[in-house]
Amino acid sequence: MKNVRYIKLQRKIIAITLLVALTPLIILGATIYFQFTVMYKDKIEEQIKYRSSAHAKSIGLFLKERTAILSAMADTHTLQELMDKNNLLRIFKIMNTRAGAFVDLGVIDNKGLHRSYVGPYELTGLNYYKQPWFAEVMNKDVYISDVYMGYRQLPHFIIAVRRQEGLKSWILRATIDSDIFEGIVRSAQVGKTGDAYVINKDGLFQTRPRFKGGILSESNLDTTLFGGTTTVNKPINDTGMKRLYAGSWLKNDKWLFIVSQDVSEEMSGLFATRNLEITIIVLGILGIVIATVFTTRMTVTHLEETDAKMNELNAQLSHSDKLAALGKLSASIAHEINNPLAVILQKTGWMEDLLDEEEFRQSKNFEEFKISIKKIEEHVERARRVVHNMLGYVRKMEPCLEDVDINKTIEQTIVILKNFAGINNIEIKTDLSTDLPIISGDQARFQQVFLNLISNAIDAIGKDGLIEVKSRKVNSRINVSIMDNGPGIAEEMQSKIFDPFITSKEQGKGTGLGLWVSYNIMDKLGGAITLESKVGKGAVFTVQIPIVYPEKK
Amino acid sequence: MQRPKILMVDDEEDLMKTLVNRLNKRNFKTTGVLSGEEALETIKKDPFDVVVLDVKMRGIDGIETLRELKKIDPGIEVILLTGHASVDAALDGMKLGAYEFLMKPCKIEELIEKIDGAWEVKTERDKRIRLAEIRKTNASAKL
Repeated sequence: MKNVRYIKLQRKIIAITLLVALTPLIILGATIYFQFTVMYKDKIEEQIKYRSSAHAKSIGLFLKERTAILSAMADTHTLQELMDKNNLLRIFKIMNTRAGAFVDLGVIDNKGLHRSYVGPYELTGLNYYKQPWFAEVMNKDVYISDVYMGYRQLPHFIIAVRRQEGLKSWILRATIDSDIFEGIVRSAQVGKTGDAYVINKDGLFQTRPRFKGGILSESNLDTTLFGGTTTVNKPINDTGMKRLYAGSWLKNDKWLFIVSQDVSEEMSGLFATRNLEITIIVLGILGIVIATVFTTRMTVTHLEETDAKMNELNAQLSHSDKLAALGKLSASIAHEINNPLAVILQKTGWMEDLLDEEEFRQSKNFEEFKISIKKIEEHVERARRVVHNMLGYVRKMEPCLEDVDINKTIEQTIVILKNFAGINNIEIKTDLSTDLPIISGDQARFQQVFLNLISNAIDAIGKDGLIEVKSRKVNSRINVSIMDNGPGIAEEMQSKIFDPFITSKEQGKGTGLGLWVSYNIMDKLGGAITLESKVGKGAVFTVQIPIVYPEKK
Repeated sequence: MQRPKILMVDDEEDLMKTLVNRLNKRNFKTTGVLSGEEALETIKKDPFDVVVLDVKMRGIDGIETLRELKKIDPGIEVILLTGHASVDAALDGMKLGAYEFLMKPCKIEELIEKIDGAWEVKTERDKRIRLAEIRKTNASAKL
C-alpha cells in the first residue's frame, strides 16, 4: 500500500511535468494552426480571384470577337447589299462559321425599322425606335445590350453596330446565343458549390445561376461592393454558410462576372489538415501522459523502496546505538558494583580469618558464623558472575588469535550440551558443510556464542524436540544456523530479543544476558546474529561469521 | 624462609586496610597507603619487594604510579588490581613491566598466589644479580 505522502508527491511531479511538457505543445499547435488557417484562406481567395479574372478575360474576348466581326461586316457592306436577304443570310453564315454563337442578324434603318432579318423569328418590319438600346447604339456606334425579353419574349442580349453611309446611318444587329454564352460563363464553375454567372449593375442575373434564381431575377448581390478589376467579397448570406464571391467587371463595367464558392468546401483541405494536426497532438499528449505517469510511478516506487531501506537501516543503527549505550552503562554499573563487592569479599574473608582464632572457636555460635560467612561469599560470587556476564566475557590477558575450525567448535559445544539435552528428550542434529575454511579467531568466543544459542534453544523447547545446527559457507561468511522446533518468538519480542535483561525464562533461571553478550561478541568481530521466527513454528538463529584467513606461517 | 615486603596501594580505604590485615595475618610484612603519591613517598624512604597497585585511583592513577615506581626501583615487582572498565589499562601496565594483573573482586588466595609468583621472580633475579656481582668481583680479583 502506498503512503499518502508518496501519492501526493507523485501527483505533484506528474502535474508539473505535464504542465511543462504540454503547454508549449498546445501553444505551438494552436499557433501553427492559426497561421496555417490565415495562409490557407489567403490562398483560397487568391485562387478564386485568379479564376474570376482569367474567365472574365475570355468572356471579354468572346464579346470583343463578336463585336469585331459584326463591325467588320457592317463596314464592308452597304445598306443596299444587306437589304438583299440572300446577301444577309450569306453574311450570317460567314459570321457563324468564323465566330459562331449568333442566333440571328438584322438590319435596322435610322428610323428604327427592321428592314431585313435572318433568324428563327419573324421580326422583319418591327420598329425598334422606342427600344432603349436603339438610342444608345445611335449614340455610341457599338452597343452590347443587357439581357432583355424584347419582341420575342425570351431573355436574350444583342450586339449592335452603327454604320454611317453618306448621310444615312443604319444598324447591324445580332443576337447572341444565350446557351453558348452561358456555357462560356459556366466553365468557371468548380466543385459542388461553385457557381459562375454574370449580373448587370442592378444585380439582375444576365446568365442563369447554378443555384437559386433564374435569368433576369434579383441576385441580391450588392454590386457596389465590387470595385477595380477583380475583388473578393464574403457577404454573410441568410443560410449562415459563408460564400466567397469574386467579381470582375466586363463590358465597360456594366456587367459583373461572378465566381462564387462555399467557404466550407474550399476549407475541406484545411479541415483535413486541422484534424490531422489535432490527432497528432492528441497522440503526442497521450504518449507524454503515459510516459510521465509511468516514469514517475517508477521513480516514486524506487524512492519509496529506498526510503524504506533507509528507515530500516536507521532503525538498525539506532538499535546498535542503543546497545552501545547500554554497553557503556553496564560497564560503569559493573564497575560501581564490583568495588563494593570487592570490599564485602575482603571483609568476609577477614572475618573468616579471625574466626580461626582460638577465642572464636570456643563460641557456641562458631558454626553459625562460619555458615553465614560462606553464604555471604557465595552470594558475592553470584553477584560477581552477573556482573561478569553483563560485561560479556572474561577478558583474556592477551587477545587470542588461533586457527579455528568452526565445525569442530560446534561439535565440541554440542558434546557439552548433549547430556543435558538428552535428559529432556531433545535431539540435536547437525548438518555441517565440509568445505568450510579454517579461520583465524578466538575459539572460546565462538564457543560461547554457540553455547548460548543452543542452550537457549534447549530451554525454549523444554521437553521433547529437535534442534538442527547447520553450517554453510556463504560468500565471504560462514553462516551457522541453529534451528529449533520450540514455541517460536512473538513478533513484538523479536526486535527486543538482543537487548540485555530480556528473558523468557523463569525468574532467577536466566540473566537475560546470553543473547546480548553473543550479539556483542559477533558485532565486535564484524559478524552478526539474525533471527527468523514465527509463533508456533520455532526459531532460527543465524550466526554470520566473517571469514578471516589465518596468516601463513 | 624470607617473606616479601608488600606495599598495598588502593584509594578504597576499607578494601586496602582489610587486605593489609589479611596479608599480615598470613605472615606478610604489608604496609598500606591510599594514593599513588603516598606510595612514591613511601618507596623512596623504604624499599619494598612487591607493590599491589589499584589501577583506577584519584590523583595520579595506577599506570602513572607504576611508571614512577619503576624509575625509582626497577627491580620492584608490581601486581595491578583492576575493574572490568580498566582491563586495557592493566594490559598497558604489563607492557610497562607489571608482573601481573588481577580483576576485582578477587579471592585472597589468588592474590597470594600472584604475590608468591612475583616474589619468586624477584628473588630469582636478585640471586642472579648477586651471582653476577660475585663473578665480577672474582674476575677482578684474578686480575
